[in-house]
This record gives sequence, structure tokens and C-alpha cells, in this order.
Amino acid sequence: MADNLPSEFDVIVIGTGLPESIIAAACSRSGQRVLHVDSRSYYGGNWASFSFSGLLSWLKEHQENSDIVNECPAWQEKIHENEEAIALSRTDKTIQHVEVFCYACQDLHEDVEEAGALQKNHASVTSVNCTEAADSACLPVEDESLRTTSCEIPAEQTPSSDPERALEVNDVQVTGEKENCCDDNTCVPSTAEKETSENVPVAEDTAEQPKKNRITYSQIIKEGRRFNIDLVSKLLYSRGLLIDLLIKSNVSRYAEFKNITRILAFREGRVKQVPCSRADVFNSKQLTMVEKRMLMKFLTFCMEYEEHPDEYKAYEEITFSEYLKTQKLTPNLQYFVLHSMAMTSETGSSTIDGLKATKNFLHSLGRYGNTPFLFPLYGQGELPQCFCRMCAVFGGIYCLRHSVQCLVVDKESGKCKAIIDQYGQRIISKHFLVEDSYLSENTCAHVQYRQISRAILITDRSVLKTDSDQQISILTVPAEEPGTFAVRVIELCSSTMTCMKGSYLVHLTCTSSKTAREDLEPVVQKLFTPYTETEIENEEIEKPRLLWGLYFNMRDSSDVNRNTYNDLPSNVYVCSGPDCALGNDNAVKQAEALFQQICPNEDFCPPPPNPEDIILDGDSLQPEASESSALPEASSETPKESSNLRNPEEPSK
Amino acid sequence: MPLPLSGVKTSEEQAEAKRLEREQKLKLYQAATQTVFQKRQAGELDESVLELTSQILGANPDFATLWNCRREVLQQLEMALALAELGFLESCLRVNPKSYGTWHHRCWLLSRLPEPNWARELELCARFLEVDERNFHCWDYRRFVAAQAAVPPAEELAFTDSLITRNFSNYSSWHYRSCLLPQLHPQPDSGPQGRLPEDVLLKELELVQNAFFTDPNDQSAWFYHRWLLGRADPQDALRCLHVSRDEACLTVSFSRPLLVGSGMETLLLMVDESPLAVEWRTPEGRNRPSHIWLCDLPATSLNDQLPQHTFRVIWTAGDAQKECVLLKGRQEGWCRDSATDEQLFRCELSVEKSTVLQSELESCKELQELEPENKWCLLTIILLMRALDPLQYEKETLQYFQTLKAVDPMRAAYLDDLRSKFLLENSVLKMEYAEVRVLHLGHKDLTVLCHLEQLLLVTHLDLSHNRLRALPPALAALRCLEVLQANDNAIESLDGVTNLPRLQELILCNNRLQQPAVLQPLTSCPRLTLLNLQGNPLCQAEGSSEHLAELLPSVSSILT
Repeated sequence: MADNLPSEFDVIVIGTGLPESIIAAACSRSGQRVLHVDSRSYYGGNWASFSFSGLLSWLKEHQENSDIVNECPAWQEKIHENEEAIALSRTDKTIQHVEVFCYACQDLHEDVEEAGALQKNHASVTSVNCTEAADSACLPVEDESLRTTSCEIPAEQTPSSDPERALEVNDVQVTGEKENCCDDNTCVPSTAEKETSENVPVAEDTAEQPKKNRITYSQIIKEGRRFNIDLVSKLLYSRGLLIDLLIKSNVSRYAEFKNITRILAFREGRVKQVPCSRADVFNSKQLTMVEKRMLMKFLTFCMEYEEHPDEYKAYEEITFSEYLKTQKLTPNLQYFVLHSMAMTSETGSSTIDGLKATKNFLHSLGRYGNTPFLFPLYGQGELPQCFCRMCAVFGGIYCLRHSVQCLVVDKESGKCKAIIDQYGQRIISKHFLVEDSYLSENTCAHVQYRQISRAILITDRSVLKTDSDQQISILTVPAEEPGTFAVRVIELCSSTMTCMKGSYLVHLTCTSSKTAREDLEPVVQKLFTPYTETEIENEEIEKPRLLWGLYFNMRDSSDVNRNTYNDLPSNVYVCSGPDCALGNDNAVKQAEALFQQICPNEDFCPPPPNPEDIILDGDSLQPEASESSALPEASSETPKESSNLRNPEEPSK
Repeated sequence: MPLPLSGVKTSEEQAEAKRLEREQKLKLYQAATQTVFQKRQAGELDESVLELTSQILGANPDFATLWNCRREVLQQLEMALALAELGFLESCLRVNPKSYGTWHHRCWLLSRLPEPNWARELELCARFLEVDERNFHCWDYRRFVAAQAAVPPAEELAFTDSLITRNFSNYSSWHYRSCLLPQLHPQPDSGPQGRLPEDVLLKELELVQNAFFTDPNDQSAWFYHRWLLGRADPQDALRCLHVSRDEACLTVSFSRPLLVGSGMETLLLMVDESPLAVEWRTPEGRNRPSHIWLCDLPATSLNDQLPQHTFRVIWTAGDAQKECVLLKGRQEGWCRDSATDEQLFRCELSVEKSTVLQSELESCKELQELEPENKWCLLTIILLMRALDPLQYEKETLQYFQTLKAVDPMRAAYLDDLRSKFLLENSVLKMEYAEVRVLHLGHKDLTVLCHLEQLLLVTHLDLSHNRLRALPPALAALRCLEVLQANDNAIESLDGVTNLPRLQELILCNNRLQQPAVLQPLTSCPRLTLLNLQGNPLCQAEGSSEHLAELLPSVSSILT
């Protein structure tokens, strides 16, 4: 099938992370012929989301640290005399220090498997590091489906060179899964009441019969498809660049979002809710009347601080935390503003940076709800796929599990002119986009990477219990020692479609100073307690219990200067992997900048034309078969999709 | 790969298509409207009218005549259509959730349904308020539904709670609370406008404080706050009774303007314990609600044969009465409430326990420190101080007025008048026995004269050095006034100086009287002998003194 691929494109994109996918969509939208490949079997690269078993497979790959050298036709002989080759990396070296802990009860049923798994690849999952803390039994070696994410394409169909086919498979998987596990496809803004009522029985169960509702490891495995576990943990600022882009390009119709329901702070050993909207402040029971006024006054000022330079000019030289002390704010309020709204550290930022960050936070507040953030249902990994879908709608061709062996550079012009793929096919193109992790060690010899420390936890209750058990929370835990970084904690409930009912999926993220576990374990210990069999008397003050945990470090290539890569032709562009920031602005900025280099003076992801304004080639003019396949897709898809996936802008109107 | 489409319409093509579409729509709209009107005229009120009007109203629900048409049709046809009508109305509301016609039609329809489903209607309200929690049309309709369905006030109160929690800037929701709370907590002793029990009041005050500390510029919370503190109308009372032998006249002053019927059923006069039929009138002669009512007394009621005459006035409607005695040989007799022991003016804010008011004052002062320029906060402080102790806080109140005027210059005149009113009230409260007759209100920066009905007994009044622009008609209440000094004001008109039976001296130096004609009202004051007009523009005019002498022949001395 591989030789079915056309041999010439305008743009070849290697890697399906968010920036690459946005660029692919933008190029395809402006009429470029796009080939988008990924050597992995799933979309998104390090931006992907996995079901539980998918994550286990991913872990296995990275723990084995295997250099699987596929038997590939030697590409060297395909390089002509007047050409040079830039070899691409064959292994992913962006993930390090992977450590897995399982605390949940492991009743050893041999044939536990993920419900709904379509096929069994009898491959065994490696036994993972076991915790010394809890039940010491190691994760058993068991038969485990290797299905990864919802978007995986069954092996016999990959690599697919048929765009329509690939897209269709993707389509079925995604929509099918949504129908299965989500009966209320809640759109933004979500209704809290609905969630509450829906989940009341669960809450009652936990209270009355904790035994019955205890989650075991085999249940996690069984319900593995309920999980959509993000490798990067991010949120969308309601007025961030990504939301703007999703709306402008109408890609938003491919995704659904939920509002983060609360902002939390960790102060004096306790988790508290941060009042940030007007309604929050009004309803807050923990603030005094005077504090309410102080906070509102300060936040109102932050919204338009640029217009009152005399109020902060004198403090420009000092840090934001020092500046806050000069303002009429109690320590409690200073803490909220510094750590939970500006999300900066004691020493981290100047007055101006702090004010800017606070304003940015407040600016997004209230667009879709009482917090500034949105989370995509089914996980962050949905977003790259949404843009891929748009790219495909406009004719882009997708190949997963399709690796590229090298870039071919024309000696004379110094420009890249083609790639050679794993089948040895040479595919010509004008522009080449490569995600950083695909570049070989030679190319990256001088590049200094930062690292992101990540932890992913499955817990049995929320860090702050309230009436509703369907809360989506973000919590910032400030750095304790100099040289370390604040830890961002995002807790997702089951209605985000990222974890099974009765459980919570918790993401911890910080800039690395050591290994992920060293960086994050202190915070995990503060907030959670390992799962134990014995019932603890005082349920009220009990911390959430850990059922399962994972630590790893991920490479952060976001601030790498292009010039530090060795010998890249000018028409080879590098996209970075995920950065550590909370929002997605970096990916969008990068995508737009690179798009402008590839297609100068072209509009970046303009809205698609109205279906009624499209003049189809129609019956009279029948294009060649291979191309026509994409055609009905464009027209039929528009009305069909828009009916159940709404633009996030709509509810606010 | 090519684009999956071969072209997109240009913007001109799109615009042209839109224009044609609009034209087509307009034609249809006009044709349908015309047909409906023709059918209505012909009395053909059948289902086709429903169909046609629904087409038009579906696009434009604000066409009142068509709603009338529909009602006419529906009245004739079976109510089986009503269910379809409910659905149609809902679709109209989605087009325009603030259409008077649509909501009204729904009220009409629901009250005609044999078995209206009120639960469904409440749910509909909740849905529309979910979308826009400040849609007062929907709030109106909800109150209608809740009343019809006899929803317990507690449930409705909980509903307002939930909406205030979402967004407290909601006049309708606060207003609804003010209707529901007295229903929920009826107080036996306080009439229809009853107060709330203290625990409820304190809870409400805390809620509303949360709102104005969060956003002191949101007026809805301040309005509710004011309602919480000021909802007790004082009982109607007779303040003062005065009998004059000279004028053979009895004058009554009420606590608020009232209309006294000619039939005497409401205001009875007993002279020496026997009823006397009299004609009641107001001083200015227009029998409108008034503080002051007076009547002429027959000579028999005033003769000197008895050592004294007793006059008792009974206000039957308000269950109030007052008695005064005219001793033999005296010119007049009166009875007046001592101002200080009655809460004369506190009806502005009610008679709540002063501890509540005191703590409200503390909170507002705290807020004022944080928000020195918030006008609502300043005004509330002033009102609270007045409710607590107008005399003790007089100085502070005046300072707050100054601040308030500076931050809210748009309302400077209103504030001046309010300040004048308060100062006058304070003067009345401070009246010693002697001042009941001789009152100095000079140098107070007054811009307006209020509460003149309190000054029924005053014979000498000094209004000099103020900022008065007129002597208002209410001045006619000063039945005993003999000397009126109003030097150094900005008086332009003397409308109030009419029918003052005892006025002898009127001193108006340095004012702004322009034309002799403005002195016309003085002709109705029979005893006026001295008039000082020095320093007024009208004195500059040539021949003014002759003109004045001609106008006021009975005034013996006119100084110009």
C-alpha cells in the first residue's frame, strides 16, 4: 500500500503533536498538498491521550528503552551523488525516569482485560516497579490488549495510504467511543446541577458502603477504556490563542469542552477554594466582608492596570510578591493572587509580569463560566486530532506508523527536496516540518533541553470534597526550596471522560529540577495517602487515596533556538514538543509563525466557507477517482458534525 | 491534491443572494399581514388566521394586534388548540425572550386552560432565567405562575437564592425577596408593610452586605438594603391642633398628607363634647391630600360664657385624636406633640432596633474607608445616622454630605435639598418650648423648605442667609405667622405667601425679586403692613414704589 502514496507534496509534516497538526490544517486549508506522517501508532506524539491499557503499552515501550531497529531497505543507496541525507532519529528519547506504582488491591484474576477491547495482541506488559509502601504485590504479568487510544488504526489497515479510508476509520472510532461512554455529551458551559444529580448515587454509595465501592486494579484494567490519560497536562484559557483559533477555524465543532469548576490553593496544610469571579467572592464563606472588598478592588485594578501607571510604576523594580505586600491585601489574599491567579512564585516575576499574568487570568474569566479555563472532553489529546481532521477534510493525507528515514538535501541549492520513508519511497516536497523528537542526535548535538516533571495519579476522591463530586480543579502548590518550581495539580473527574466513575485522574506538572519522582513526590505525599485496606476512622479529614501512580520526565524543547540545530536546510522547520506552561499559546504562536514562513501572506486557518456558498465540482465535472474521495467528505461532514458538536462561542451569545 | 471544492461564492454574490432573500421575506410578510387584517375585518376567524399569524409572529413576536387576532380566534375555537399554542409561544420566546406580547399571551392562555400544568410553566421560567437571569418579563411571569399554582413562598425564596448566588446584580430577584419575606414571616403587630423578625433581618442584611462589599457600585444591592432598613410607615397621627379666637378657625396638622372627606365621616370635631358639623378645607383651598386641614368655627363655639371650650378632633380612619382647650380671655389655644419623644421623621428608615442599625453603620463605615468615593455607601451612612440619632450625628452627617456632593456632582442639587430637609427636621426636633413660636433658621444653607406643617404655631420665622429661591406654597401652613424674615436669599417668587391671616411684617432684603407682579400673592394677606424689598432688582425699576403702592394699598410701609 505504501507505494500508493503520491510521490509529490507541497508540505510534509512529520509528527502529529499540536503545533504540527495546526500547521498541517492551516496549510491544507490554504490549498497546499499536505502529507502528515507519524512513526507512532497513535496521533499526538507527546500530546497524546491514552486509555489505561494504552498507557501501559506506552510505558512498556519507554521502559524497555528498546532500540527496535526495523528491517528497512537501506536508504543510503537511494541518495544520489548531488545529494546529502539528514538521517532522522529512530527512537523516541523524550521520555525518561519512568516509575509506576500500584496501590490498588490486585485481586489476581488472570484474564482481566479491558472491556470493549476489539482485539488481543498477546503481548505481555512488563512488570512495573512496585511500591514499597502499599501492598507489595507486583503488577502481574498478564495478558493485555495492546490497543492504545481510540484513534488507533488496526494493524492490517496501517499504514494506510488512502486518505479517505484513514479518515473514516478515525471517524468511526472517535464517534463510536463517545456514544459508548458518554450519554450526556455536555457542551460548554456545563451544568453543575446536571452533574450532581447524575452522580448522586455514586456519592451516596461511597459514603454508606465504602467497601463495595472500593476500586481494585482489575477494575481499572476492566474499565480502562473510560480513561483518557494525557501525557501533557494543560488547560485552555477561555480567551487564549487556542480557543480563538478553534473558533475562527471552526475546528471547535470537532471537540467538546468543560469549564474548570474551581481554582484551589494549598495553604497552611489545607486545600482551599480560591474565589476569583464576582459570584465566587459574593458567595465565599471564608473571606471577611473587608477581604471581599479588598480582593475585588485589586482584581478590578488588575483588569485595567495599564491605565493606572501611577499605581504600580513605583514598584516596577521589585517582585510581584513584594508589590502585593504594599497593596491593601491580607496575607490570605496575597497568596491567592500570587499563586492561584498570577500563578507565579515568590521570586519568579516582577510587578509588571505579575500584573500581566493576573490580567490574563481575569480576562479569560467569565467567558464560559466562573473560572478562566476549559478542558477538552476525552482529554487534551483530542485537540491535535481535531486539527488533523480539518487537514484531512481539505485533502491532507495521513499515515500513522509511517516513519521517515531521512531528509534528502540537494547539495547545490542546500535545500531539502524529499524524504525517504520506511519503505524506501522517495517523496518530494517543498517544505518539511519535523517535530524535535524526530531529529537525530547528530542534529541536536548542541541543543540543551529542559525537562518537564510529570506525575499521573488515579485516586478515589477529590482533594477538596464538596456537594458535587464532579469538580474539575486546578491547584498550584508553590515551590518550597529555592531552585525548585511550583507544582501544578489538575484534578479531573469522571464527567471529563478521562477516568472511570468514582475515580479521579490527577495530573502533576512542574519544570524539572531533578527526576519527576524527586520533584513531585513531596507534593503527592502532602495531598494524598497511599491506598490501604484498613478503613480509617475519620473519613472527614482523610486525604484522597492513591490507587495508581506514574512518574516520568518529558523533554521540553519549546525554547530551543533553531540555530542550535546542526545543518538544517532553510525549508526544514522544527516544531517543538509540549512546553511546561498551563496554556497552549506557545503551540499556536509557533504554528502561526511557521505557517507564515511556508505560506507568506496567507490567512491563518480562516473559517471554512458556508456549505451553501460552496460550488461543488458537481456531477458535470468528475475528477479522477483518487481525488474525488475527499470531495463528498467536505460537503456532507459540515452539517452532520455541527449538529452535535457546538462552537464554544455559542453558549455565551 | 486539489481543494475539495471548486469555488466559493464571492462576497458580492453573497450580498446579492441575501438581498433577494430579504426582499422575498418582506413580500411574504406584507402579504400575510394584509390577509390577516382582511380576514379579521370579514369576521373569518378560523384556523387559517392562526396559521398566518404564527408565521408572522414567529419572526416578529412584537406585533400586538396579531396577538389580539389570535385571542379572538382561540376564543372561538376549541381549547384543543391551546396545547399547540403553548408550543408556539415557546418558540416565539426563543426568538425574543423579552417580548411583552408573547408573555402576556401566555398569561392569558394559561388562565383560560381548564387544567394548566403549572409545574411545566415554572420549569419554563427556570429555563429562561437560566439563559438570562435578569429577564424581568420572565420574572413577572414567574410571579404570576407561582401565585396561580400557590407555590410555597419558601420554595420561591430558595429560587431567588440560587439566582442571586449566580449573579447578585439582579433587581428582579431582590425585589421578589422583598415580596416573599413578609409573606413567610408575617408579623402580627406591623400591618401590611410589616417588619421582619430580627433573625431574618440580620440574615438578609448579611447577604446584601456580601453583595455591596463585593461590588459597591452595583445599585441593586443598595436598593434592597434600603428596603430592609426602611419599611415601616408610621401610624397616621394628629400632630398639632390650634384654635384661634380671632380668626374663628381651628387648624389640624397630620403626620402625613391626608384627604379629609367633606362628609365628616373621617375627621370629627367635638366642641365641649358635642359634635359640630364643620367644613374642612386646606389652607390653599385646593382640597387635595394635605398635612394641614382647617375649618371655621361658629361664634357659639368661641363665646366667653364658659371658662373654657374644649376642642376634640377625632381621625376615625386612623384611630387618632387630639384635644385642646381655649381658655376664657385667651386669643388661642393649642396642643402639640413634643417632637423629641416621637420619632417624627424616622420613617425614612424604619424603627428597627438600634443595635441592628448601629452594626449596619459600622459595616458601612468600614466599607467607606475602603471606598471613600462610593456614593451609595455615603448616602446609606447618612440615612443610618439619621435613623439612629439625627441630632447626635448632625455634624458628621453634614461632613458626609460634603463628601457626597464632591463625588457625585451630578446630584448636587438633590443632595442640597436632602440636606436642607434634614436640617429642618433637626431644627424641629430641637425646638424648645419658646421656639414653637419664634424660630431661627438663618445661616443654614437651606435650598428648600420642607416640613412646614410642623411649624403651624410659629409666629416669628427667620429664614435669612440661606439659598432659598422661592417661598413655596406649603408656607401657607404657617397659620400663626406674624413676622417673616428672609433676607439674603435668592428668592424669585412668593407663591407661598398667600392667605397668611396674621402676617404683618415681611422682610425680603437682598433677594432676586424681578417684577412687581411677583408680589401679587401678598394681596391675600390681610394684615400685612410692613414690606421691606431693599436690594431686590425690582427696586431699580423706575416708578417701582408707585407701582407697589398701587398693587398693595393696604401695606402701609414699603421700603425699597
